[in-house]
Amino acid sequence: MGLTPEEQEVLLLSLRVAFWSVAATLPFAVAAAYVLARGEFPGKTLFDAFVHLPLVLPPVVVGYFLLLLFGKRGPVGSLLDEWLGVTLVFRWTGAALAAAVMGFPLMVRAIRLSFETIDRRLEAAASTLGAGRLGVFVTVTLPLALPGVLTGMLLSFARGLGEFGATITFVSNIPGETRTLPLAIYTYTQVPAGDGPALRLSLIAVALSLAALFVSEVMVRRATRRIMGDDADRRY
Amino acid sequence: MTLTVDIERRLGAFRLDAAFEAGAGITALFGRSGAGKTSLVNAIAGILRPDRGRIVIGGEAVFDAEAGIDVPTPARRIGYVFQEGRLFPHLSVAQNLRYAGLFSRGAPASQFAHVAELLGLKELLERRPGNLSGGEKQRVAIGRALLSSPRLLLLDEPLASLDAHRKNEVMQYIELLRDEIRIPVVYVSHSAEEVVRLADTVVLLSAGEVSAVGAAEDVMGRPDLRAATGAFEGGAVIEAKVTAQDMDSDLATLAFDGGTLTAANVDALIGEPVRVRIRARDVSIALERPRRISIQNVLEGTIVEVRAGGNGAVDVAIAVGATTLRSRVTQRASQQLGLAKGLPVYALVKAVSLSRAAAG
Repeated sequence: MGLTPEEQEVLLLSLRVAFWSVAATLPFAVAAAYVLARGEFPGKTLFDAFVHLPLVLPPVVVGYFLLLLFGKRGPVGSLLDEWLGVTLVFRWTGAALAAAVMGFPLMVRAIRLSFETIDRRLEAAASTLGAGRLGVFVTVTLPLALPGVLTGMLLSFARGLGEFGATITFVSNIPGETRTLPLAIYTYTQVPAGDGPALRLSLIAVALSLAALFVSEVMVRRATRRIMGDDADRRY
Repeated sequence: MTLTVDIERRLGAFRLDAAFEAGAGITALFGRSGAGKTSLVNAIAGILRPDRGRIVIGGEAVFDAEAGIDVPTPARRIGYVFQEGRLFPHLSVAQNLRYAGLFSRGAPASQFAHVAELLGLKELLERRPGNLSGGEKQRVAIGRALLSSPRLLLLDEPLASLDAHRKNEVMQYIELLRDEIRIPVVYVSHSAEEVVRLADTVVLLSAGEVSAVGAAEDVMGRPDLRAATGAFEGGAVIEAKVTAQDMDSDLATLAFDGGTLTAANVDALIGEPVRVRIRARDVSIALERPRRISIQNVLEGTIVEVRAGGNGAVDVAIAVGATTLRSRVTQRASQQLGLAKGLPVYALVKAVSLSRAAAG
């Protein structure tokens, strides 16, 4: 069962959008998760709520805000256009941004959780061995949080593959540019005789999700075993 | 290299106000749980900040409240072995040992090999901490601290979470180490047994204050400190040397300043120094030399002190040569025998327990 050129295009675009949405936000998600897990500062609750906003807002609302902010005449969009010549609206990069924003809270939550479960006494031990704050973070905190980071990346990636509302609102539904898998499926359901192609694409989506889950499960397990040694088998 | 500490720190209702010095060899910070031992060690490591005072390591002030000096932990160059080991679970034993090298605190390769040899870590290098026994973990933790080019080694109850067998195993390694390294070692413990066996100097800590400092055998033997030494029963710790080993009966003859003792199961070679502990309750007193008696060790001495020990008991200090033995007898027995200072007596030693090698 080969894929039609159009299906291939949709699939590759979806993967590209989801991949970049994860890759571009990962450092920010790690930073936000670290601050939320460890920081004590005024306004922390507000910051926490802000990070989680995309999780509770209707995706269409998020897409609309993105349009307002990053549109050609929006406050951020006009600057990007003027200084860097970058346009996000109606481009696949905009779709990646929408997917990134929607996936961000999921990624932060998973990473934050793993930061919170790290034994901080190990970090104190590292500091007695000469590691400064950055050294402790890079050599102890981050490696120990790796399973959580991987889980967060997967959740965000899957969320990115399935992103619909914010994407269609922000970057519309342009074949070859912003028509990702869910948008393509939606489009087929709107036309007569679109049932067959819609089903095929849906099956592709199922296969893709299962594959992503499987890969992440293997990676998390491997990372956990690296950390725990043989204890991992007993504990998980 | 010496360590000088004189600090004060308030922790809620508890006040830590302690001063002591530690030179080469093992200095034990001894006291009951809650006496402030770990707080004191954490202050030395820079993990807990004192309210007042000074901490000087090898001439460099790493903390001085008045001068506003507070060297951060990574720059203090202190090796710290924690009660729970705290090995990095995501790194192999070898990587744990070399960890300090990532931050230019690593030891040269020759020392790596030496420490791995000394602590018996060669077989473990590729393993991960999750697959080590408790005793092995602590040995790796000690090695890791030693390989961070420390000026001072802190051991915070390194044996507390081990069973008796592992304790003994790790203690043997610590003894080896004591004779090898030249930096001061501060050893925190609430176990009299460990302190007697390992320490050269004891700093007795009670309720946040130093209540006694001195050679291990002096401090641990003093009955007046029993309230603070807690579980430790009164007794004497004697430095002796093995002069003969009778393999058939498994009895060794130990010479000390004041005579000889016979002890069973002495795991030491002829000529080796040993530290012997004699509990006060294992010493009886006779006014004449007893004959036809099963007790092997009868020592001639003079009473130097008689004091009430509570619960109808009397603590008697007996000078045997240059050594002072402690005996605990009932008040009635003391009256019947007329025990008093200056009286010549015979000390009957029922049991001699070995606390192994003395300080090198």
